[in-house]
Amino acid sequence: MLTKTSFQGKLTKTENLFIPFVVAGDPTPELTVEYAKRLQDEGADILELGVPYSDPLADGPTIQRAAQRALKAGMSLRKAIQLVPKLREAGVEIPVVIFTYYNPVMQIGHEALFDMLEENGAEGVLIPDLPYEESEEIRELAEARNIEFISLVAPNSDQRIQRIAESAKGFLYCVSTLGVTGERNEMSAEALSFIKRVKEYSQVPVAVGFGVSSYDHVKLVNEHADGVIIGSKIIRIIEDGLEKIKNGETEQALNDFSSSISTLIKG
Amino acid sequence: MLQVFPDIKGRFGDFGGKYVPETLMGPLQELEEALDQALEDPAFHEEYHHVLKEYSGRPTALTYADKMTDYLGGAKIYLKREDLNHTGAHKLNNAIGQALLAKRMGKEKIIAETGAGQHGVASATVAAKFGLECKVFMGEEDIRRQELNVFRMKLLGAEVVPVTSGNGTLKDATNEAIRYWVANCEDHFYLIGSVVGPHPYPRMVRDFQRVIGDESRRQFMEREEALPDRIFACVGGGSNAMGIFYPFLEDDVELIGVEAAGKGVHTPEHAATLTKGTPGVIHGSKTYLMQDENGQITEPYSISAGLDYPGIGPEHAHLFQTKRVRYESITDQEALDALKLLTVKEGIIPAIETAHALAQAFKEAPKMSEDETILINLSGRGDKDMATLMEHFQEEVE
Repeated sequence: MLTKTSFQGKLTKTENLFIPFVVAGDPTPELTVEYAKRLQDEGADILELGVPYSDPLADGPTIQRAAQRALKAGMSLRKAIQLVPKLREAGVEIPVVIFTYYNPVMQIGHEALFDMLEENGAEGVLIPDLPYEESEEIRELAEARNIEFISLVAPNSDQRIQRIAESAKGFLYCVSTLGVTGERNEMSAEALSFIKRVKEYSQVPVAVGFGVSSYDHVKLVNEHADGVIIGSKIIRIIEDGLEKIKNGETEQALNDFSSSISTLIKG
Repeated sequence: MLQVFPDIKGRFGDFGGKYVPETLMGPLQELEEALDQALEDPAFHEEYHHVLKEYSGRPTALTYADKMTDYLGGAKIYLKREDLNHTGAHKLNNAIGQALLAKRMGKEKIIAETGAGQHGVASATVAAKFGLECKVFMGEEDIRRQELNVFRMKLLGAEVVPVTSGNGTLKDATNEAIRYWVANCEDHFYLIGSVVGPHPYPRMVRDFQRVIGDESRRQFMEREEALPDRIFACVGGGSNAMGIFYPFLEDDVELIGVEAAGKGVHTPEHAATLTKGTPGVIHGSKTYLMQDENGQITEPYSISAGLDYPGIGPEHAHLFQTKRVRYESITDQEALDALKLLTVKEGIIPAIETAHALAQAFKEAPKMSEDETILINLSGRGDKDMATLMEHFQEEVE
């Protein structure tokens, strides 16, 4: 019998998943902990903790701005992973997936990365520029360490869809539309038929990201997939509160954040 | 016999590969298949060489630099005159090849990145020639510095898209071009300007630039009845160097790539990627790059915008690691001195990029014997650099 990974152990449901993305250190590490706590309070099931990168190829302008703020605050892959115990201290219990580009991983080293993930209690890792063909070694290491390596699949993955979906761990990240992350106004029929195809092969929950930005999107996606990943929209909500934080009204900014997230997820 | 690179995973030894978002894996596969078919099709080669000949003016001359040779004393110096190509540099060889491939794939829209604007101009030129729609991504800072090339591109009918992310230079323009391609890959062809990026780009650009080395070999044999002893080329991304080196990789010819040392490799202001960088991933490819201890990519510096790039083609990383090519670096000042020297001795004003290769060759030539020979890839002409050159030489010439 297969033993459960700690990710699976912590995941309390497998549908209607709400998977928010925040950039570690945007605008400060302390506030990232606060946002994470608030997101959990609003029903987040998994937290994607983004590591800021100088050259984020898969991200649109909103997340690039967040990365710039976090880099300015001194954030790095190492420090982002070390933020996980602080999330736990603050009461964040949901699984945490570290989202990082590959170059910082290469500098730390594969083994050392998993040592750090293990020591700090992160349950998963997602590397957006490490496609299936380049990730064999990391996937094997992840499996050996009981850490979930989260895969992405896109509508134009074509004949690779089955292979990627069948080997997916944790949850499968479906890129709903072609393009970099950002908010879009509607879900296309093609995107929905693609999700259906992915679900046929996947043994893990199928979550949709890239462009989910309103309650209507959330409802629509949840009718067809097992969850939503929301990044850019959450960063926008964080940005809405930056002025207040600068003026020392942090508590007010955090309350506004909670209520905006609630509207986004629950209508 | 050397192993054939890249291998089926797009690797040159430890380097290369496809480190890209999942959404690009499909388009890269499509490109690879189209490229393989094109390169196996004699009709494609015929068309490519026909355009090179009738439109770009190839073959370019091999010039014996007799005055330089006399002045330095030592090895005989030859120049491969890529500056005589239409648009003034080797960049057009690759732009023509990729534009023909885009047409063959039925893609009517091309996008390109540019730093100094040379590749942008080459792309805008082939877009005009072959009736393609063209968007050129260019950093805001570079747009400011390269006004004339921005105007050339617009005059040729291209749209110049200002890039404000990062520091607004070539690295950021490349990021933005890749992002745009991710979102629009169905009907757009991404025309990369150097031997960088994910597989199959480094291989494709090399194969469209190897005409430089193939011609050189023929011309050199005619003139000297032997191959050159040493070949010099400047290296930013590394396309002119790969182009001239590649056909000589299996020969007993010493190959020297010259990087930009900017204000000196012991200062933070340089672009000497192999001399000072470390292995990592940039723009979809595993190679050497300039980065900090956390793996954040840092900004390079060079007086020459064409060498001002924090990465280098993965095949160069491989040739560096296996020591097949020797890599040296030349400072801004050494390059300017070499530029001036060639200008007054031979009546050829080279691009500042090219001057880096000249400077290294001029250092070595006097130490070589008179029966040895040197070939320098004169990758581009200096017309585009007049504003910079005026800053440095105005007082001296008046």
